[in-house]
Amino acid sequence: MSAERPPLAPPIGLLAELTHRCPLRCPYCSNPVELERRHGELDTASWQRVFDQAAQLGVLHVHLSGGEPTARADIAPLTGHCARAGLYTNLITSGVAPAGRRLPALADAGLDHVQLSLQAADAACADRIAGRAGAHAEKLAFAAAVTQLGLPLTLNAVIHRGNIGEVEALIALAVELGARRLEIAHAQYYGWALANRAALMPRREDVSRSVAAVEAARRRLAGTLVIDLVVPDYFARHPKACMGGWGRRLLNVTPSGEVMPCHAAATIPELTFWSVHDHSLGDIWRRSPAFEAFRGTGWMREPCRSCDRREQDWGGCRCQALALAGDAAATDPACVKSHDHDRVAALALAEASAQMPPYHYRSFDRRSGA
Amino acid sequence: MTFADTDVPHLPAGVRLKSDAVRGTVMLLAPERAFTLNPVAVKVLGLVDGERSVGAIVAALAQEFNAPPEAIAADVIELLDELARKRVVER
Repeated sequence: MSAERPPLAPPIGLLAELTHRCPLRCPYCSNPVELERRHGELDTASWQRVFDQAAQLGVLHVHLSGGEPTARADIAPLTGHCARAGLYTNLITSGVAPAGRRLPALADAGLDHVQLSLQAADAACADRIAGRAGAHAEKLAFAAAVTQLGLPLTLNAVIHRGNIGEVEALIALAVELGARRLEIAHAQYYGWALANRAALMPRREDVSRSVAAVEAARRRLAGTLVIDLVVPDYFARHPKACMGGWGRRLLNVTPSGEVMPCHAAATIPELTFWSVHDHSLGDIWRRSPAFEAFRGTGWMREPCRSCDRREQDWGGCRCQALALAGDAAATDPACVKSHDHDRVAALALAEASAQMPPYHYRSFDRRSGA
Repeated sequence: MTFADTDVPHLPAGVRLKSDAVRGTVMLLAPERAFTLNPVAVKVLGLVDGERSVGAIVAALAQEFNAPPEAIAADVIELLDELARKRVVER
């Protein structure tokens, strides 16, 4: 017997991982540890079909992402196709070649918005984190080109032990570069970031200081810069509403066309993903087993099931529950009600105070990463 | 700072209206954000074109709804102020 479920609302956003190829090697990359190679990528016509189906399904924002999305030679035609379908297009880019060369064609194709990653405000620090010399300088030139074309710019900085002292400098840089939004996003520990957790986990007092810096800057820069803050899970009392709830707002399409409720969902081995080769996006959204698995509250056990916050945080993150509690249907250990909460907090504390190990850089060949 | 009669509001780059056939509403789309607009907000934003002043927008609405401008002005300014705080309207 299952409870009556409210009708399923259409998704808001689609994250299109056009490719996993990227010139950077950031140790917290959100791509899976097993990267998809070029020969497995969807072709132009397949992506165009996916975008048409997304528009019909009610998707509003398409995030053209990767890897580095401009590594695809067809990025401008794909952007134009989205624009013609009425989709709001957001390019999520490293700003490193060939991004700058392709940017004018993207603007011409109707690109709505650019989100550029920065690794730090200091060039040497940024290049060390990105694993590529000269990357930061290229990004600054790219940011200038974005604003010169009249495109709105958001900067995204993933925050961790190696750059947590740079938060105020990043805010100043965002203003200098003419960004309208800045995302100060503390690292989330899945995939590459989980493998690098001991090198990335910041000290609790540094986290508090960085949060205070953001709050002060929000007051100071109201009307100039919007700052979005993603706080680190391991120091939280309540889990985040991961993806706004499983299968509630977002779809993620991998380079090879598998459709997932989030970009890390492939870490949960019992899930079966449907492919855009075999099913329409609407069918996948409504009926595919991976989307149904943790949608709503029916799958929850205690303490989630009777929790007042169950429709605020939707039980937190399933990938994190699996990674830290060993069970994807468990309460997210970021929650104080989880049996694993204290152990996870202690783990973070221990890692943050130990000597920092070297990065295991993102790579197509896991063994050569370091 | 609240909108004055003579201010000319506009939607900044990256912010636009979308008539959403799937949801049967008009949405205001911005980077990473989407706002469902009520019918009044749709009317107001439909007049925000980077040329009309707040006063002209109020006058146009007053004429359309056959209401005194002073009865409408406060609501229009409150809406524009709220959207400006969210950085989806600028002057």
